[in-house]
Amino acid sequence: MKRFLEKHFSTLWMAAVFVFLYVPLAFMIVFSFNSTRQDANFTGFSLRWYEALMNDTKIVEGFWLSLKVAATAGLFSAVLGTFAAFVLVRYRRFFGRTVFSGMVNAPLVMPEVVIGLSLLLLMVGAQNVFGWPQRGMLTIIFGHSLLGMAYAMVVVQSRLMEMDRSIEEAAMDLGARPHQVFFLITLPCIAPSILAAYLLTFTLSFDDVVISEFLSGPGVNTLPQVIFGYARRGINPTIYAAATLLIVTVTVVIVSYSLWIARQTRRREREIAAAMRAETAALVQT
Amino acid sequence: MSTINLSIPGKRFVIGVPYTWLIVFFFLPFLILLYISFVDMGNDINPFKPIWDSETGLLSLKYENYWSIFRTAEGGALFKTLYIEAYVRSIWYALCTAILCLAIGYPFAYFIARSKPTVRPALLMMVMLPFWTSFLLRVYAWKGILADQGVINKLLLALHVIEEPIQMLYTDVSMLVGMTYVYLPFMVLPLYANLVKMDFRLLEAAYDLGASPFKAFWLVTVPLSKAGIVAGFMLVFIPSVGEFVIPSLLGGPENVMIGRVVWDEMFTSNNWPRASALAVVMIALIVVPLAIYYNSAGNAAERQN
Repeated sequence: MKRFLEKHFSTLWMAAVFVFLYVPLAFMIVFSFNSTRQDANFTGFSLRWYEALMNDTKIVEGFWLSLKVAATAGLFSAVLGTFAAFVLVRYRRFFGRTVFSGMVNAPLVMPEVVIGLSLLLLMVGAQNVFGWPQRGMLTIIFGHSLLGMAYAMVVVQSRLMEMDRSIEEAAMDLGARPHQVFFLITLPCIAPSILAAYLLTFTLSFDDVVISEFLSGPGVNTLPQVIFGYARRGINPTIYAAATLLIVTVTVVIVSYSLWIARQTRRREREIAAAMRAETAALVQT
Repeated sequence: MSTINLSIPGKRFVIGVPYTWLIVFFFLPFLILLYISFVDMGNDINPFKPIWDSETGLLSLKYENYWSIFRTAEGGALFKTLYIEAYVRSIWYALCTAILCLAIGYPFAYFIARSKPTVRPALLMMVMLPFWTSFLLRVYAWKGILADQGVINKLLLALHVIEEPIQMLYTDVSMLVGMTYVYLPFMVLPLYANLVKMDFRLLEAAYDLGASPFKAFWLVTVPLSKAGIVAGFMLVFIPSVGEFVIPSLLGGPENVMIGRVVWDEMFTSNNWPRASALAVVMIALIVVPLAIYYNSAGNAAERQN
């Protein structure tokens, strides 16, 4: 036994941590199909909680609101994050660079409560002065975009830094205008990372409770807010049903995205290998 | 190295768009937060009022909001207030979380880094997947697992380990389980990134020179992964301090953390200036470890060069 433990300690440790990581997910999936509200007795298979989920107007409305908010905030974050990453990687010196990079990164380490509170004060102040914006979907989008921009910037930045600049230089030598270089060369090169940034910021926004709680108005509640409200009251298997649907969706999206990336990489490697073979063959012939 | 030579207006536009956004949605809100924290609340509901004296034209900052954090209402007993307790508790839980994450995550990251290169992407993916599914829902699930009638208690009762259900939910245990669970990937990923780059021949050299596995680990691996340890520690510690959702769902009345206190001041007591002052102190608390972190990261970079 001792021998076995010594030999397989690493496997056992990894397995234990994975069990820890996946226990809540498995728990929710199993109990979303439970026929009663009992949380530790599986009394029989049933789809009643899925039915309850579909008939719960608060959850359904929250879902659509979250979808709209996340789609918009993800877009804002990805665009602004790409801008910010480009500025930080490509412009070594400009007025206020340190301040700029500090401000981009700060939301990553600020507690969300502080971000939510300060944005709420901004919105209330703006409303006092301009009578706009009303607290609601728009203000939530602003809040999520601020946080998302920081994450999107990190993702795009790392791709931009490892990008081969010689392609851009070649395009410039061939007379491409700066915006042509950007749209025809740079953007396609960093597109996968922008997509990844969008996926990440979409998920962050779709999942956020704290900033939404600060910035939402009366009657405007995102899905996490509705769930948070239910969750504080006690166990509700309807939420497990929602979780199960989410887990399945996320797994499908993430796994297919990584498979797609892996295939792209393999194809590129194959193309490079083929090009090198062709080159060698040409050299041998001459 | 040549750069894309944008015309000056083009460059201004590229820099200007994110810059303006950050000024409006990050810098300005922070200034307002600071401003409101100095406003005298009085009996007014609207905290947006001038903090300068209209007759003398002098600024009259009200430090009362800050004082009330450190001093009890009777005026005495410095640092014994509920606010200070909440700050101390927040830091304590954040520290415990970071230590637990390190204890579980370090061997985990190490074993992933040492596993076959072919299985590594799959293992990493498995670390990331729960991270992508809703944080709120995963925390909520622990409620069902740790409850008196929950899975763990039912299991222990069935195995006759215990006679009565143990109270786990709404205690320190449930708080720390939830926090460790949520923040573990933040510890594992930077550690993995660091450990996977390590040259394992250095370990072999240590063995050849007669070091025991433990000694080699302690004297070679740990010092080499210091940057990863510090990064992971900060990534767990800093967001943990302000954690709001986990204490609300898994903590009891004794586990109130500072994020919750700010929330209550804001929306229950409607004391916006005090909520702002509490938030400003919270930022100050986070800036200190960050400064230490950047300092040590800077030193590490210097040593490498």
